[in-house]
Amino acid sequence: MDAVIALAGNPNSGKTTLFNNLTGARQHVGNYPGVTVEKKEGVYRLNGHRFNIVDLPGTYSLTAYSLEEVVARDFLIQEKPAAVINIIDASNLERNLYLTLQFIEMQMPVCIALNMMDMARNRGIEIDVLKLSQLLGAPVVPTIARSGKGRDELMRAALTLLKSENPRPPAKISYGVDVDIQLDRMGKLIEKAHFLTDIYPSRWVALKYLEDDEQILCQGAAANPDVSDQLKGMTGELTLHLRRTINSYPEAVIADHRYGYIKSILKRNVISYAGDRNRLFISDKIDKVLVNRFAGPLIMLAVLLGLYHLTFTYSEAPVGWMEALFGWLGATVDTYMPDGPLKSLIISGVIDGVGGVIGFVPLIMFMFLGIAVLEDSGYLARVAFMLDRVFRIFGLHGSSVMAYIVSGGIAGGCAVPGVMATRTLKSRRERLATLLTVPYMNCGAKLPVFALLVATFFAEKQAMMMFGITLVAWIGALLVAKLLRVTVIKGEATPFVMELPPYRVPTIKGLAIHTWERTWQYIKKAGTVILGISIVLWAAMTFPGLPMEQQQDFEIRRQAVLSGAGQSGDHSVQTTALLSVKARLSAIDAAEAEAGLRNSLAGRTGIALEGISRYAGFDWRTNIALVGGFAAKEVIVATLGTAYSLGGADSQDSASLSQMLSHSSHWRPLVAISVMVFVMFYAPCFVSVVCIAREAGSWRWGAFSILFNTVLALFLAVCVFQAGRILGF
Amino acid sequence: MQTVNIRQMKPKQSGIIVAVSAEGALGKRIRDMGLVPGTRITLQGRAPLHDPVALRLMGFTLTLRNSEADFIDVEVDQ
Repeated sequence: MDAVIALAGNPNSGKTTLFNNLTGARQHVGNYPGVTVEKKEGVYRLNGHRFNIVDLPGTYSLTAYSLEEVVARDFLIQEKPAAVINIIDASNLERNLYLTLQFIEMQMPVCIALNMMDMARNRGIEIDVLKLSQLLGAPVVPTIARSGKGRDELMRAALTLLKSENPRPPAKISYGVDVDIQLDRMGKLIEKAHFLTDIYPSRWVALKYLEDDEQILCQGAAANPDVSDQLKGMTGELTLHLRRTINSYPEAVIADHRYGYIKSILKRNVISYAGDRNRLFISDKIDKVLVNRFAGPLIMLAVLLGLYHLTFTYSEAPVGWMEALFGWLGATVDTYMPDGPLKSLIISGVIDGVGGVIGFVPLIMFMFLGIAVLEDSGYLARVAFMLDRVFRIFGLHGSSVMAYIVSGGIAGGCAVPGVMATRTLKSRRERLATLLTVPYMNCGAKLPVFALLVATFFAEKQAMMMFGITLVAWIGALLVAKLLRVTVIKGEATPFVMELPPYRVPTIKGLAIHTWERTWQYIKKAGTVILGISIVLWAAMTFPGLPMEQQQDFEIRRQAVLSGAGQSGDHSVQTTALLSVKARLSAIDAAEAEAGLRNSLAGRTGIALEGISRYAGFDWRTNIALVGGFAAKEVIVATLGTAYSLGGADSQDSASLSQMLSHSSHWRPLVAISVMVFVMFYAPCFVSVVCIAREAGSWRWGAFSILFNTVLALFLAVCVFQAGRILGF
Repeated sequence: MQTVNIRQMKPKQSGIIVAVSAEGALGKRIRDMGLVPGTRITLQGRAPLHDPVALRLMGFTLTLRNSEADFIDVEVDQ
């Protein structure tokens, strides 16, 4: 038998652990159509049967309010899996059964994995499995997902369920007399009119009308507006009645009765407690310290700093190896290929572009590993709990802090893993505001620009300047987040209501799978798009090449130097002459590179932009460097070197560039500040843009971050420059 | 018996929920998590900045913002 089985359950119920245990490393990770919610699939075989297991997002309920819940519900309805395996936490039975009831309401064939039986026993909870199964009308199998215990029994029970004649559980939940009567009336109308009955059970549709479920209401209105209006009318009647009699409304009454139903099941000797139910467990004792008013924030600071160090210190060596590998590749191509545009394309376009993406991989792996540890252990929820008050002021969520720090909230991070770190945020609007503002943080690639300018113009107060830059980035990011939350992403704060899961030691297998699958997704998705954009950017900085007569002009100058060198016979004179010839030749090369850059599309753009950028104090050379910075912020310093004709390879030498800038008539401290402000806020590098587009689920947000950030940065830089000029700096 | 709002509850104080007046998405979310009339809760503590608040119910810990807790009335133990 080949069957699709959905795996569903509350967050922190051990669902992911069970899924990993069932499918091993053979998982397929993708997205649900049109949304950014991860969809994981894997295969489990039993006695020649092949089960395709789909891991639904962890949810507490199946309403149409959160994206995860809509996704889970849509999957159940549209893909019609043969059965649902509902994993529930035995130590937390009452709340976990709330979701179970909703599967029963949907008439889904459901098989229950009663997980964490060991922990429940430790807490003095005893559960009568057989009785629970009888009362729910669905098979219940005790499991311990961490050790894999009960796994095969569970799948055998699922198989038996699939083979049984009527696998659907009886839906017999009562929601109180008033609701039940109306539900029956509506159910009859729905069946008579065949209203959506090809897709949903009739009673369920009636229930969703009473619950004012947006998704079903829309679908109903499209299918048959007449019946839909009648149903809405009946809902209105009941609402009016409930308001008058008990000052409530259908949705609330239904939820109350679901819990009432669960309580009535549990009271029938299904569960027994030894000792006080709410006594303090180990987790609570740990929390006494970790979320303590005084120690909590200090420990949190230490943990976040630790994560940051882990990510950026330990990834330094592998990132270096990657860079060396791609450097070697470039050098090899340089040696064995004839000069020409094809060689330039392969080295500067393909190898540097792909190298740029792969170079991030160790960094991303370490960051995901660190986050997986914090997430799986349960500490991340505590961080959100402690910081929410601060971040809420700016329309964000307590969990936003992680993304900001990884992006460079402590100077020297990277926006790419930062954007991906927003995945831990479950509320959509808060998440979007976070991922659009994390690129303002001072990533490691912006630092050389700041370091160069600060060292050149503010040599005596370097430390203070660097601290100020970090502060400005944070203030800017939070204020922009607030601005976005009251304009383009406006809307009420998503309810915070969050569980603090018990602390758990993460499993090595879980961490490895978590880290690897997210890293692989990055390589796969970013790799393809980024190669294309990298080639386009290379072309913009290379074409059109210098006109033939200019190239010849440089060649003539080179020849003149060379022919002048061979004339002296004296040996010592010859050596000095040779050195000076080398210097003069490289000066000509540098001048040619400068002329070439100036003539290229990027150069012409830079010159054309001078009309606007001069209000911020930028000349065309700075413009070219900033345009190049879109490829990667590291490029800014190098391109500035080329534009000031310091010559190709030597342009990395920032000491000479620093001298050049300090002697330049154009540069002064005010210009440096204006440039720093611009670099901090303008368009993220294109790797970040690709990630933003992917994570936000639309290219429009990628384009938005390029345009909005650049306009904002220009505005700020102009303000700074003009204000400074008026004040006489 | 005294009925108060969760905001007015003191740490370690327990009580039984008597009314949840939130509607819409927030109301749904609050109820989905088990905060329905009849549920027994204990106020476990507050975040360092006094908001959000951590509650203990049905054997698990739930946190919510003060502004969200305002919709919940509790009959507290003496």
